[in-house]
Amino acid sequence: MTDFSPTPDQPAVAQNSLLTQSKRTIKRNSAEARFKAYGIAAIGIGLVMLLVLVTTIFGRGTGAFQQTFITVNVELLESKLDKNGERNIEDIKRVTTFGYAPLIKSAMQTAVADLGIETSLKSKHMAGLLSKNAVAQLRAYVLANPEKIGETIEFRFLAQSRVDGYLKGRVSRDSIENDKNISPEQLDLVDALVAAGVIEKTFNLDFITGADASDQRPEAAGMGVSMLGSFFMMLVVLALALPIGVAASIYLEEFAPKNWITDVIEVNIANLAAVPSIVYGILGLAVFINYMHLPMSAPLVGGLVLTLMTLPTIIISTRAALKAVPPSIRDAALGVGASKMQSVFHHVLPLAAPGILTGTIIGLAQALGETAPLLLIGMVGFIASNAPSTIGEGLLSPNSAMPAQIYEWAKRADPAFYERAWGGIIVLLIFLVTMNTVAVILRRRFERRW
Amino acid sequence: MKPPWAATPKSPQHIAIGWGGSSAPVVFLDQIQPVFFAAVTPELLMPLFWLVVVLLALTALGFWFGRRRALASAQGNPRHLHSLPVYYGANVAMSIAIPALLTLMVWLLAQPLLIENRVSGLIPQELIPESTSVGLVMSDVRRLAEGLDEAVLQNVMTQQEARSLDASTSDVRALLGSVGVALGSEVRPEVLEAAQQYRQLSRTGGNAMTLVCLLLAVVGFGLSIRRTHKDFRARNVVERGVLALLILAASLAILTTIGIVLSMLFETVNFFGLHAWTDFFFGSTWAPNFRGDSELSILPLLWGTLYISAIALLVAVPVGLFAAIYLSEYASPAVRSFAKPLLEILAGIPTIVYGLFALLTVGPLLLKLFGQGDNGILGLSWMTGATSVLTAGVVMGIMLIPFVSSLSDDIINAVPQSLRDGSLGLGATPSETIRQVVLPAALPGIVGAILLAASRAIGETMIVVMGAGAIAKFSANPFESMTTITTRVVSQLTGDTDFASPETLVAFALGLSLFVLTLGLNVLALYIVRKYREQYD
Repeated sequence: MTDFSPTPDQPAVAQNSLLTQSKRTIKRNSAEARFKAYGIAAIGIGLVMLLVLVTTIFGRGTGAFQQTFITVNVELLESKLDKNGERNIEDIKRVTTFGYAPLIKSAMQTAVADLGIETSLKSKHMAGLLSKNAVAQLRAYVLANPEKIGETIEFRFLAQSRVDGYLKGRVSRDSIENDKNISPEQLDLVDALVAAGVIEKTFNLDFITGADASDQRPEAAGMGVSMLGSFFMMLVVLALALPIGVAASIYLEEFAPKNWITDVIEVNIANLAAVPSIVYGILGLAVFINYMHLPMSAPLVGGLVLTLMTLPTIIISTRAALKAVPPSIRDAALGVGASKMQSVFHHVLPLAAPGILTGTIIGLAQALGETAPLLLIGMVGFIASNAPSTIGEGLLSPNSAMPAQIYEWAKRADPAFYERAWGGIIVLLIFLVTMNTVAVILRRRFERRW
Repeated sequence: MKPPWAATPKSPQHIAIGWGGSSAPVVFLDQIQPVFFAAVTPELLMPLFWLVVVLLALTALGFWFGRRRALASAQGNPRHLHSLPVYYGANVAMSIAIPALLTLMVWLLAQPLLIENRVSGLIPQELIPESTSVGLVMSDVRRLAEGLDEAVLQNVMTQQEARSLDASTSDVRALLGSVGVALGSEVRPEVLEAAQQYRQLSRTGGNAMTLVCLLLAVVGFGLSIRRTHKDFRARNVVERGVLALLILAASLAILTTIGIVLSMLFETVNFFGLHAWTDFFFGSTWAPNFRGDSELSILPLLWGTLYISAIALLVAVPVGLFAAIYLSEYASPAVRSFAKPLLEILAGIPTIVYGLFALLTVGPLLLKLFGQGDNGILGLSWMTGATSVLTAGVVMGIMLIPFVSSLSDDIINAVPQSLRDGSLGLGATPSETIRQVVLPAALPGIVGAILLAASRAIGETMIVVMGAGAIAKFSANPFESMTTITTRVVSQLTGDTDFASPETLVAFALGLSLFVLTLGLNVLALYIVRKYREQYD
């Protein structure tokens, strides 16, 4: 044993005390702090971007759920609508929307005069505050209720998009200088009518349930029909992708022998998951439309394309779910005399079901938000105006889908459609968030750890 | 009012390759076909829908019969049976349904092709106008045939009248217009003849299909019922059948790939037949011109694609990598469980949302910063329009952050703890450990993750369609608008698609190039990641 005391000729003078840091230590420590700050900054950037995105969407989109309406009393003049006075529906149908315009003009004039508002506007420009939809709405009402001709009825018409934008702050007196759709005098009238309570902004259910409108009438455009288009596509995806995906996963996970064919299939699926979605659109156009002559723009074709696109996602998550079921379950089933097939279908599959369901919902959510392939099979570019009445029609008649409808609105020139596009995104995101939440809840509630 | 992207300079080239525009609606409505499959025509023995219903009903009946017969052969005592009674039923059901439905599917796929071949042989060469192909005339033939079917369906004419129609005496175009089928030009006798032949063949084919399918179903029913006996090993047979179905489902993945490759390859070959491949690969200009004489080179598009992807990676890689490092090495479990899912939300947002964000928020913001001259914030006039390489690149970068961060996070977590412990034990600070030990060890995996993100960026469509602009050129200025491969695929294939013109077919060549490019990156990335995982397993 040696005494371990410092020798006098080698003074143990610590050049650096533990209490005072050397230059090098300071440098290293500050490098450490910097590095950590970079990490925090990176996460901060990511989260700020998310926040900006969400606030932009909600800040700009919530306006679409409100719409400006003008309430006026319209006298349904018999002399204009039914000259013969016989209430013959064919006679009434002969009056086009042009025939209804004078009624609306005089109704607006009376309303303004009754309220005692001074204005230099002509009745034509007063009626200009209303949407171009108003005449069609009036005509539809008269055709449905011909017995009301001759009476004075209170109607709630959509205001035209500039008036709507004025009340929402999108349109200002400066921005309309070169706008031929509205004049400052009309805005004066709008102010007066708002004060009188004739013009009001209320919740607009038609945006959620209604159909798209032509590019002259942004105030009348809605999401409803394209929502149905998306619904039918998801129906096709669910009906095809789930059984095929599960069957493929069961084979690959439980039965496939380890050989090169299986390897090829596995590599193939991994790569298909990363193929750009537009390539699936090209495939759909070439195979389903150009070769098989399925109807263009049909949700059936959209659903088939999205099925091919979601299959890899579903297969990958289903395989993970099957893999998570411990082998003891299979062994126990085989031990009591079940066949391999019975052990899989009676025991493994039910236990993996929550995981499979979760993966399927996530795959569906991904398909619901996909746009690019739909552009190629023609689900944009026309106005999806009528809701389908039967399942067959829903699958085969041309329709749009939610993301395609949003794209369509973003493409149009009138900025009033941008508000619709953001509003459409809110609707789409509500669907996606709901689906993902259901998936998370399913996973939390039913997932078993072995 | 003009949309922001309309502010870009209106060179003739820009107009030619701009967005689908207002011509699209007409065309789409035009191309909607009134009937489901070409096989569904009036005067068929049985429409497709009813054929399927009958087959399914037969299957259900077969199941019940099979089960009953098996039980009867065992005097009602299931214990004398080889398999459970269900399997006997399932055996009969499968013998009925599988051959019939498979035949039906194959038939439906093959029939149009065969008929097309037969009928296109009927069209005389001189009828095919200059610079178009037989495909154009064939689409006339198809529309005419469908129009006649529609006319019969709507009771405008009887089946006899439709068959004996004479193009020289009656106005076929007006007639079909009255049932809602618009024809592009006057009907020539040869086309009408071909259309009649087309209808005839479709009808014969459809009827033959119905007969064959029903026959197969009945034969399957009979044979399997005959085999149903208590000693018959029904379970083994059924399980073999199920296994075959499972294999079929798994090989669908392969079929999809083959479908992708073949569908694009055929049209690409057609394209190179009409357009010089040297121009496509080595030309320098992208200027499609629907009157012919287009210059269609992939290079300017490739440049735009790579430039935008590079900017996107420049945004996504540092942010994503640092976020991954912080989350895996520094963050407490609470922060991690909060920040990681939030970041991953960015990956779940549909690309159309990012596209709109680029078009309506980021684009105008950048324009305000770097453009508009004295009215802008910085007083610069580098940017002329809201669509630019930078706009698309930045937004795409935001989208890619979670891709890079979650993949890198997984990879950094896979580095064994012993490496960290060793480094820390030698006195290195955590950041030195990360930079000098963990990152070098994880490098191959991180490179794989970045390659995956790059392939994602190259194939991204909506953001570039809405944010990058439509002008194909070589330029290093990030404030100019440029176009990408995916944007051109969309613009060439939406609107008026005429599958005989190189301007449309070029989209398939572009698509194939895109597929090969992304596939190459993916295979490389997956290989690297897999190789790396093995290293530490």
